Amino acid sequence: MPFTGKSGKFNAAIRTVEIGTGDKAVKLGGENVLPFYTFDAPIENAPKIGVLITDMGLENEVAGIKDYYAGATTFAEIAKKAEEMPGADFVVLRFEGADPNGENRSVEDCVAIAKEVGDAITAPLVIEGCKNVEKDAELFSKVAEALQGKNVLILSAREENYKAVAAAAGLAYGQKVGAESAVDINLAKQLNVLIGQLGVDQANVVMNVGSAAAGYGFEYVVSTMDRVKAAALAQGDVQLQMPIMTPVADEAWNVKEAMASEADMPEWGSQEERGIDMEVETAAAVLASGSNAVILKHPTSVATISKLIKALV
Amino acid sequence: MALKGLDIFKLTPKTNCKECGSPTCMAFAMKVAQGAVELSKCPHMSEEALATLSEATAPPMKTIKVGTGEAEYTLGGETVLCRHEKTFVSKPRYAVSICSADEDIDAKLEAAKKVDYDRIGERMHVEMLYLSYCADKGVDAYVELIKKAADCGKTLVLDCTDVEAAKAALAVCKDAKPVLDGADASNYEAMSAVATEAGVILGVRGADINELYDTTAALEKLGNKNLVLNVGTASVKDAFATTVQIRRAALKDQNRTFGYPSIVNVGALAAGDPTMQAALVSLFTVKYGSIIVMEGMDYAQALPLYGLRQNVFTDPQKPMKVEPGIYPLNGGDENSVCLTTVDFALTYFVVSGELERSGVPCNLIINDAGGLSVLTAWAAGKLSSTSVSKFIQENVEPKVKCRKLIIPGKVAVLKGDIEAKLPGWEVIVAPNEAVQLVKFLKDLQANGEI
Ligand code: B12
Ligand code: SF4
Repeated sequence: MPFTGKSGKFNAAIRTVEIGTGDKAVKLGGENVLPFYTFDAPIENAPKIGVLITDMGLENEVAGIKDYYAGATTFAEIAKKAEEMPGADFVVLRFEGADPNGENRSVEDCVAIAKEVGDAITAPLVIEGCKNVEKDAELFSKVAEALQGKNVLILSAREENYKAVAAAAGLAYGQKVGAESAVDINLAKQLNVLIGQLGVDQANVVMNVGSAAAGYGFEYVVSTMDRVKAAALAQGDVQLQMPIMTPVADEAWNVKEAMASEADMPEWGSQEERGIDMEVETAAAVLASGSNAVILKHPTSVATISKLIKALV
Repeated sequence: MALKGLDIFKLTPKTNCKECGSPTCMAFAMKVAQGAVELSKCPHMSEEALATLSEATAPPMKTIKVGTGEAEYTLGGETVLCRHEKTFVSKPRYAVSICSADEDIDAKLEAAKKVDYDRIGERMHVEMLYLSYCADKGVDAYVELIKKAADCGKTLVLDCTDVEAAKAALAVCKDAKPVLDGADASNYEAMSAVATEAGVILGVRGADINELYDTTAALEKLGNKNLVLNVGTASVKDAFATTVQIRRAALKDQNRTFGYPSIVNVGALAAGDPTMQAALVSLFTVKYGSIIVMEGMDYAQALPLYGLRQNVFTDPQKPMKVEPGIYPLNGGDENSVCLTTVDFALTYFVVSGELERSGVPCNLIINDAGGLSVLTAWAAGKLSSTSVSKFIQENVEPKVKCRKLIIPGKVAVLKGDIEAKLPGWEVIVAPNEAVQLVKFLKDLQANGEI
């Protein structure tokens, strides 16, 4: 008697959100099964990988990343290489330097960089800010305006600034809106509802439900994603059916395992490999928990996660 | 099949004698059905009733013990598919594979011991060895390998479908309760006899999920329920599909034939690609691997992995906290500098680890912050200038003379307010990440500031 498993296919599905334009446009979401459960039903769109670049250039990156971008000096050149990275589906530009407590790059300068990058690539573009809610609100509005017609994703609108960000990106300039909340299903839902009440079509919203590096409060990330997917698919909660995008690189490369030097931790071995494995293992775990896209930065991580996704879908 | 309360009630004596602690037999039956009370609490159940019920109320997934002494591990026994529904109970155990045909067996055994460290009070190391039998090298070479491996203090898993080789291998290691991962459709009767005779757990495999199911059912029919299920190495996609489906069938659909722990060999699924193995081991740690086999484990792979496992297998109902108080480190005394952070166990562990590495005598002040991380506590209002200054005035000022306080970089905004509330204290803002503490403290020391 062969094994007869019950199918775990759901009647509800995650909404499909498209970012970018033309041949290289990317579809996120669309599935009606749990992550990688292809044995229940085909996965509509395989999870996607974004390659992270920042307005700070390459100076602080590890050797493998510098090597990959060797010869690229302008933002346009760096972005071009990022989109060509084997396994990459889209490019993510993060304005780390916009932080008023850091470099405090002006909004005008940021807009200029965003335009340079946007014009250089044909792959979809995702914009991240500096996490300062006031600065991000202004920055995102101006960048959304400057990149009209490119269907970029603005990541993210948060509880504190969603009105400005979602109105500009989602209503005025026809871009996609990322809704960022702090590892809690209720917060995620509430923000989606609020953004919807502004008049933004929910089909234009992607969520970032929070992230952490493996080992650093990651159980909350797993449980939040598990619960969001259960609510979206099993209970058909339309306010949680947005695809999820998770920034992994920022978290992974900032924990001790990736930062401690070989001189400090001789028994731990290569620092770069530690960073790669932290990035890869965190990414694999968030994909298994329900992310429809991850943001990474090391070429080896991008290649490996791309291989993992291909093997599973 | 799970029984309903009414079915159980029919089998009770219906005397309402209350000895079970429930007011009526009906109330008792309802509680048993929910899993809230053990059947054995009623002393008056008939033999037949017990036999019927113990089968039906058995947990959906068996709890299996392997290894002995310090290397004894519990696998399985899970009751939920997602950790937030209750909690996961048996963490996956990691194994490194060695084959009797390998040239460098000694080096591999040595390498398997390399990763060994502590994380928040838990020892992190490769717990098992997955030892593959190579027919070309013969039985003696395999027995040699087993003998060498037996000294490593790790639980052995014998990857061997040859009945004679399995017998010979068990003859030298069965007392250490290894797993014999060797039953398949062609040999299961003989293998089951060998495993039962030696008193060890038997691993089952099949060409696909159907064959795995049939062979497992056949073994159960022979009376062997001490099993683990090898999900196969046909492809990553297949192995994942099998791992998820057997767990789901057991827990959700009460299909007890699949109610056993799993063995996943990611080393074979991504041979020669350690980074891909890192990705896969992470995937199967989140999704239902019980014994996960890799070709090797170095620190780069291990550090995120053991952190992930520790996170995912914490009980969601119990926050990991440390006691508030003053923790002197590196021989710190009343004249040593003070640093403060939250009572979240992970944060305490990371920060105190770095402080110890710095060798600088200091007092680490742990405030009650509800067991939350620095930014979470700050955002929740549980780490504030008031909470810090109050704790210091009440608990630290009477005991410590030094008036320098270092605060976490992530809450640099608190500096001004704390200084205002703590007259006489100088507040110094530390870097964001604990890993930067060693250099930071040494610089302060060199400048004569502490
Ligand atoms: C897991 C998590 C939670 C868990 C809590 C788990 C816990 N025990 O803390 C839950 C789900 C409960 C939670 C809730 C909330 N969270 Co939360 N959470 C996280 C998450 C994902 C990880 C936190 C973690 O475990 N970090 C690991 C520990 C070890 O970090 P740490 O304590 O900061 O320690 C590090 C450093 O600070 C440093 N350090 C610590 N002490 C010291 C001392 C010295 C001297 C030095 C030098 C260094 C140092 O060393 C450590 C390693 O380098 C973060 C996002 C992230 N990726 O960080 C958000 C995050 C912290 N949460 C956030 C928020 C807003 C909240 C909520 C307020 C949301 C809400 N509105 O309800 C609630 C508040 C809680 C409540 N009301 O009860 C925000 C904070 C935003 C901000 N900048 O203020 C974050 C950053 C997410 C985000 N991007 O929005 N959260
Ligand atoms: S002990 Fe047994 S017989 Fe007595 S009330 Fe409880 S269930 Fe009924």
